[in-house]
Amino acid sequence: MRHLNFSGEEILETIQMVRTEQLDIRTITVGISLLDCVSDSCDGVCRNVYEKVERITRDLRRVSAEIAEEFGLPIINNRIAVTPISLIAGRSSPGDLVRIAETLDRAAHAVDVDFIGGFSTNVEKGMTQVDANLFAAIPEALAATKRVCASVNVGSTRAGLNMDAIADIGRIVVRTAELTRAESSIGCAKLVVFCNAVEDNPFMAGAFHGTSEAEWAVNVGVSGPGVVLRAIKAAGDVDFGTLASIIRRTAFKITRAGELVGRTAAARLGLPFGIVDLSLAPTPAEGDSVARILEEIGLERVGTHGSTAALALLNDAVKKGGAMASSYVGGLSGAFIPLSEDAGMIEAAERGAVTIDKLEAMTAVCSVGLDMIAIPGDTPAETIAAIIADEAAIGMINKKTTAVRLIPAVGKRVGDWVDFGGLLGRAPVIPVNTNSSRRLISRGGRIPSPLQALMN
Amino acid sequence: MPRPEPAQPGAAKADRAIITIIGSDRVGIIAGIANELAEANVNILDISQSVIREFFTMIMMVDLAGAAVSFHALRERLTRKGDELSVRVEIQREEIFKAMHRI
Repeated sequence: MRHLNFSGEEILETIQMVRTEQLDIRTITVGISLLDCVSDSCDGVCRNVYEKVERITRDLRRVSAEIAEEFGLPIINNRIAVTPISLIAGRSSPGDLVRIAETLDRAAHAVDVDFIGGFSTNVEKGMTQVDANLFAAIPEALAATKRVCASVNVGSTRAGLNMDAIADIGRIVVRTAELTRAESSIGCAKLVVFCNAVEDNPFMAGAFHGTSEAEWAVNVGVSGPGVVLRAIKAAGDVDFGTLASIIRRTAFKITRAGELVGRTAAARLGLPFGIVDLSLAPTPAEGDSVARILEEIGLERVGTHGSTAALALLNDAVKKGGAMASSYVGGLSGAFIPLSEDAGMIEAAERGAVTIDKLEAMTAVCSVGLDMIAIPGDTPAETIAAIIADEAAIGMINKKTTAVRLIPAVGKRVGDWVDFGGLLGRAPVIPVNTNSSRRLISRGGRIPSPLQALMN
Repeated sequence: MPRPEPAQPGAAKADRAIITIIGSDRVGIIAGIANELAEANVNILDISQSVIREFFTMIMMVDLAGAAVSFHALRERLTRKGDELSVRVEIQREEIFKAMHRI
């Protein structure tokens, strides 16, 4: 063929990736700076925020649909990430902050995106008054809105861990679960606690548009656990080097697809392209599971011994392949292990094969943390805070991002289920260690930054 | 900071797309699809056909530069024609294959 630069094999491979292996663009997330929305009145802030968000993203849905059709690649979500709200809230009271959250919700609804992230702040070293007000506002804001996502950064390698904030957040998680108990405590599914948070993550619930960013950006989150799974299955019993190579090549193709979509979306929206986050992000659908990849690498059930090593291989190979594919790789970029959003994880949890302790170990080598895990509704706030402290410590010492998104299932116990519907999935309530951490959490202060922080 | 002008779809010089037809071989497939393309003023640059992974596959490289209808409309017409002919028809802009399969 004179003009055709690709083989029929390659063309069919692309089509098959989409049609049978669930290759998709998980999200196009438009990041917007709201720094110019400040005002001396809450009304003013709300007005400015609504106007700017609506104006910048009103074409997002249409452009996204066009691109999905033209490239034959589904784009699952359209999302927005804004400047951490604490930075534009000035002297807002908690009540004012809830109103700002409601404004974000209305704007997201107007342009028909499914989530808007950025009801957030960074308290890694200490808390200001507006931070404290935002904390106080979070439970009500998440209960009163549908599409708003909140996040808090409680520590970093540079600053150490803010244990006062961590103690507070434990209580806030409990309160948020309480206020949304009628909806399976879904408020907690929209709240992420970070250590070493990144400023350009396109995935929810932890997306926000950090202050290091420009006025606006189009970021893309790709996904393709199913594609990686098929490639590994087809390879059979190859050694680890070959396995890593297969994953790298697959990650390359997935990332390239994501970048093309991102650049095209950016061009058509008249906004600059930001980054591709090449995370393997699962969904509850069959064939779209990261856990199954780990099992195909050689585990009878995810959660057994070898899970951490397998995940380390996967996470690293994904990053290497993706890094070749794009100059601007960012966000979290690795493998996600959200329990309720992964069919393999759900099954393993149900059978007791994967426990919170094993998941904690795995977070040391994957790209995020303890994600979408349902725990008993009577778990004390201090225990939740201690789980967060553990995760944050892993992130702090290993110079990586870690995060916690726990769902205390109010009124439920180990063995019961929570069901959020849609991409947030469903999960069995799994046990936590019931020995108390109250005295640890009540000490207060900061855990100092580690030696790794002294890098100058 | 001023926003750059949004680009229009199909404004790029290279406005090529790949049509993939998958299904059982029968009389009239090429003619049927080619007819739709002619009506939409879409030029066929190349055709190849073979059996790939047990599928009878026909791949056409087309030029959308002079197309009389939108991508969306063209895709709908091709899908309908494909249903009539009992084959699956996909149309995708060329860039996706370039992006994924070339270093």
